[in-house]
Amino acid sequence: MNIHEYQGKELLRANGVPVLDGVHCKTVEEALDAYDSLNSKVVAVKSQIHAGGRGKGTLYNPKTREHVMDGGVKIAFSRDEVKSYSENILGNILVTIQTGDEGKLVSNLYIESGCDIEHEYYLALLVDRENKAVMIMASTEGGMNIEDVAHETPELIHKIIIDPNSGLMGFQNRDLGIALGLSGTALKSFMKMLSSMYQMFVSNDCAMVEINPLVKTKSDEIVALDSKVSFDENAEFRHKNWDSLRDLSEEEDVEVRAKEAGLSYVKLDGNIGCLVNGAGLAMATMDVIKLYGGEPANFLDVGGGANEEQVKTAFSIILEDPNVKGILVNIFGGIMRCDIIARGVIAATEALSLEVPLVVRLAGTNVDEGKKILAQSTLNIHPADDLAEGAQKIVALISGGAQ
Amino acid sequence: MPIWIEEDAKVLVQGITGKQGMFHAEKMVEYGTNIVGGCTPGKGGQTVELQGSNFPVWNSMTEAITETDADATVIYVPPPFAGEAIMEAADAFDKVKGEGVIVCITEGIPTIDMVKAVAYVYNRPGIRLIGPNCPGIITPGENGGAKIGIMPGHIHAKGRIGIVSKSGTLTYEAVAQTMSIGEGQSTCIGIGGDPVNGTGFIECLAAFEADSQTEAIVMIGEIGGTAEEDAAAWAAENVTKPIVGFVAGATAPPGKRMGHAGAIISGGKGTAEEKFAAFEAAGIACAKDPSELGAVLLESLKKAGLR
Repeated sequence: MNIHEYQGKELLRANGVPVLDGVHCKTVEEALDAYDSLNSKVVAVKSQIHAGGRGKGTLYNPKTREHVMDGGVKIAFSRDEVKSYSENILGNILVTIQTGDEGKLVSNLYIESGCDIEHEYYLALLVDRENKAVMIMASTEGGMNIEDVAHETPELIHKIIIDPNSGLMGFQNRDLGIALGLSGTALKSFMKMLSSMYQMFVSNDCAMVEINPLVKTKSDEIVALDSKVSFDENAEFRHKNWDSLRDLSEEEDVEVRAKEAGLSYVKLDGNIGCLVNGAGLAMATMDVIKLYGGEPANFLDVGGGANEEQVKTAFSIILEDPNVKGILVNIFGGIMRCDIIARGVIAATEALSLEVPLVVRLAGTNVDEGKKILAQSTLNIHPADDLAEGAQKIVALISGGAQ
Repeated sequence: MPIWIEEDAKVLVQGITGKQGMFHAEKMVEYGTNIVGGCTPGKGGQTVELQGSNFPVWNSMTEAITETDADATVIYVPPPFAGEAIMEAADAFDKVKGEGVIVCITEGIPTIDMVKAVAYVYNRPGIRLIGPNCPGIITPGENGGAKIGIMPGHIHAKGRIGIVSKSGTLTYEAVAQTMSIGEGQSTCIGIGGDPVNGTGFIECLAAFEADSQTEAIVMIGEIGGTAEEDAAAWAAENVTKPIVGFVAGATAPPGKRMGHAGAIISGGKGTAEEKFAAFEAAGIACAKDPSELGAVLLESLKKAGLR
């Protein structure tokens, strides 16, 4: 679960990590009030969307798609500039390298005080899969795309792995600061900041905290100038406040509804809908559709114990996508019995008066009974014995229908 | 001999009085697994009836292992308590007998809890953790066998193919593929699709290589992380038995989590293409379609003079 920069900074501030003064705004008036209250000669006017690359993004009018302004993060030197930048940002679409062409509507702004920057660093905390531990990554090459730095000058990225039993140890913290070339007051400020940030990461069940750039000011203070914070959704049960931090407009509506129904759904660009049990098998089903010349319209995992109602919800979610020209159901029944799935499929297709071709592949527990139920139905359901046959059938049915 | 779990291994169920625990305990007993009881704190002294027999419930894992001399435990405890349940089992096995296998089925455990639990298990060298978020481990026997998890027992048969996979239903698919060419399984292990888990691919490959019953291996990976690449490089140096592989997620878009917490291509890393390439470079025979795993395995067995 991702949160906005302004929310991340509130969290950092509350946990003792230095950030600049700033105000979250939703209107131009609020932005001007924020400018007046911050009492800073220079302020940053920052678009708040979950995608990265905001500074280099472009703003467009949502209706006409006319170009409005280059750059979703602007430095304003006067009240008038705050006004014009805010007007150009709020209510418009920001397209960045991470949003795709459709972009994101900007409804939130962050007005932040300026500071005198001496140097920009990169800092990230994340869980490293290979070491099965929290890893801290830092680099002197702040403000850049870290993947480029990792590719071109990997020696400039410094990593430390945290033993969960001992936490971030003083020597690790100091070594990292020294590797970044810090000394004196700046090194002390860095160590205090990182120690607070590690505590925050663990106690808030963060999945990632990325600060790019982290800056050293001319007065040797270390400050988080940007923030990208995400949480581990598995830990939601112990963080009641996450509900209020969630911005549903940043998430795909249909994916949210699928999740509420206990389904895992990801929309794709193809025209063959898939309904599968198990994440690995669901991915493999998409892959095999592609292998036989089709394009999957979605990833959909109904989980290990789906009931008739969930199967029906799954069908209706798949059919919301107007691109869907056919559906492949692929179930390997383990705990889930094929006869129950077969009944669910029939009930769902009848209830939704399904018009597109449907191929159903069943295997595993009670497969013969499941197949019999499908065969006895008067509905136009095409059976398949294995995944390859199922994928080939649905691809053939769709291309036949297009003629 | 299979790996880690013998056909007659004595197995405890943590969370045996819960809905999931009881349902799957019943299925395990039905398959022939030697269930010796369960653990639910606060319900010690009660019994649970499974397939017409009564099984004891203990308050703590230390008590349960001391009383039953269990070899393994399977965890069906809900996510908020599962990390703690793993550590309790690790502590108890270590104290009482110095060894034990912990199989954690639970899906949705916070990653930070797993970081702690995995470190805790690693500090006790006799203890093995499989999972979490996995179907478990099964060693099919002549009659029944040891099924420790949620997989459908009846699709398996005792044989010489070792299977290791990140995915659940895709493992069943692999099992069905071995059966389609008349081959059974030595042991099948689902290592789980979470970013932080216990046993990994390399430990499974090493065990299969050392196991006299296993003559060939099926390895199923999925997008995310670099475990498949690391395992392939290790296998190229250390495994002499034929390996057949598949990786799910070739069509997954970058930056999107595909059902499993760990199945995500991030920063352009962890793609199926890279993993297939690593498999091929290591001499692993790849199927591009899981329905072809049987045929590819048959060819590998013939090439190795095993058919």
